[in-house]
Amino acid sequence: MRAVAALLLALGLALPAAAQVLEDRPVEFPEKLEIGISTDEIAISSDFRGADLTIFGAIEGYDPSLLAQRKYDIVVALEGPKDNNTVRVKERIFGIWVNRRSMTFELVPESYSLSSTRDVETIAEPPVLNGVGVGIQHIRLSPIGYVGDGSTITEFREAFRRLKESGGFYQRDPGGVQFISASLFKATVKLPASVPNGTHVVRAHLFRDGVFIAEKALPLRVMKTGIEQMISNAAYNNALAYGAFSVLLALLTGWLASIVFRKD
Amino acid sequence: MNIFIILGMGAAVGFLSGMFGVGGGFLITPLLIFYNIPPIVAVATGANQVVASSISGALSHFRRGTLDVKLGTVLLFGGLAGATVGIWIFSLLRSVGQLDLVISLLYVVLLGTVGILMLLESIRALRRAAKNQPVSLRRPGQHSWVHRLPLKMRFKKSKIYLSVIPVVGLGFGIGILTSIMGVGGGFIMVPAMIYLLRIPTNVVVGTSLFQIIFVTAYTTMMQATTNYSVDIVLAFILMVAGVIGAQYGVRVGQKLRGEQLRALLALLVLAVGARLAVDLVVTPADVYSVVSEGVYR
Repeated sequence: MRAVAALLLALGLALPAAAQVLEDRPVEFPEKLEIGISTDEIAISSDFRGADLTIFGAIEGYDPSLLAQRKYDIVVALEGPKDNNTVRVKERIFGIWVNRRSMTFELVPESYSLSSTRDVETIAEPPVLNGVGVGIQHIRLSPIGYVGDGSTITEFREAFRRLKESGGFYQRDPGGVQFISASLFKATVKLPASVPNGTHVVRAHLFRDGVFIAEKALPLRVMKTGIEQMISNAAYNNALAYGAFSVLLALLTGWLASIVFRKD
Repeated sequence: MNIFIILGMGAAVGFLSGMFGVGGGFLITPLLIFYNIPPIVAVATGANQVVASSISGALSHFRRGTLDVKLGTVLLFGGLAGATVGIWIFSLLRSVGQLDLVISLLYVVLLGTVGILMLLESIRALRRAAKNQPVSLRRPGQHSWVHRLPLKMRFKKSKIYLSVIPVVGLGFGIGILTSIMGVGGGFIMVPAMIYLLRIPTNVVVGTSLFQIIFVTAYTTMMQATTNYSVDIVLAFILMVAGVIGAQYGVRVGQKLRGEQLRALLALLVLAVGARLAVDLVVTPADVYSVVSEGVYR
């Protein structure tokens, strides 16, 4: 216990120093990324079956010769609202399938839609992508709590990605980003039919020959409209009134039935 | 979700509940689970539905004077305490990811036991009827261990002098079942009141309905505020279909013979239980599952 405290203390002291070192090193690239969307708010009705969102952007301060050699790559991600997610795995006990082991990942996006100039895996090396946290295979999945010797992290991460992809929450479109003039590009990201309500983030990343150069993010509010969402909002935001109304509705239905169908 | 399937489900269960005089909560919740409604929603919505299906029965018993409010209130004390503990257990099971399993297991045990008991009972009754024997009412002994317990109270309407301990205890147990399984619990409470507490049969059904209404209403409130799992639209469709179906069920039930009906219901109950049991044993399509914790909602 004391050893851990000492270690944490040492880390705490070491961190500001490390940050200093990083700040001292000038890692300035001339290129900048600009993006724009026509709206910062999308209203979605209950019959929504998915749609495409188009994002325009430009690389500023680019090197024309590198651009001509197609050395620039752009990856645009639409990240849904974040929450902790728990992956569980069932095992057979006395013939019955029971949830046994589990792992909770901290603040992962509920939905993730990726669009890029080419397959993300070919744009940069895995360590670079992991560092930036871009790409379904490289999204940050940090477990919370005790994970034992850590040998099962890979298993749970893979299961998480597979479940999110097969559920349509995580999507990718290699080729969804196209240059429409020298440095002007258009990115199409898919909004799945089950797009979660809340604040999403459009995050664009610029890579130059496998090196991460710049990032630009814009918030996008997705608001579900219609009666279903109104009811769902009431259930969460006015839970007490919602519960009371549910009971009242039941009492009224039962009482009315007893009047309507009264035998005498 | 198809509204006509839900309507049909509600009407069918309402029909059965009218025919047999049962609440139907123990059929609605498993049917919703079969229809891929998450068990957490099925249970909370089932409890809400039971409020509607019990009120008309309770009202008519109250009018006829076959409802012991004092006894019902003592039961209710236990019921509310049980439902509170039950909701706590429910939330705990949910956080450790064992809720669906426990709901299914409880239903398998409950439906299996009730189904077998009912089937044996109705077979015995059918045999008796075949031999043309008169129905011999088992005369319960006047005293048992239940009647030696302290803290006795006089219940005038029921004409009984009884310890409050088993009454509160019974209410407590039923309260836990209501919150974890979404049932009213009448199918356990009624036999327990008759055979265990020796309460006169004429007040038993009305009094149990009285306690069921309050406990299911309380459970609905608790589910809505702690787990946000009451689906009011689903519940309303089930209620409307259920109360209408019940009216026709009552009519049909009066024309048919009781023993054969009960044997049929027993088979149905066993079939539902068996289906749930099979789902527990069959290898799932995917052993992995992911849930959002809803912490930052």
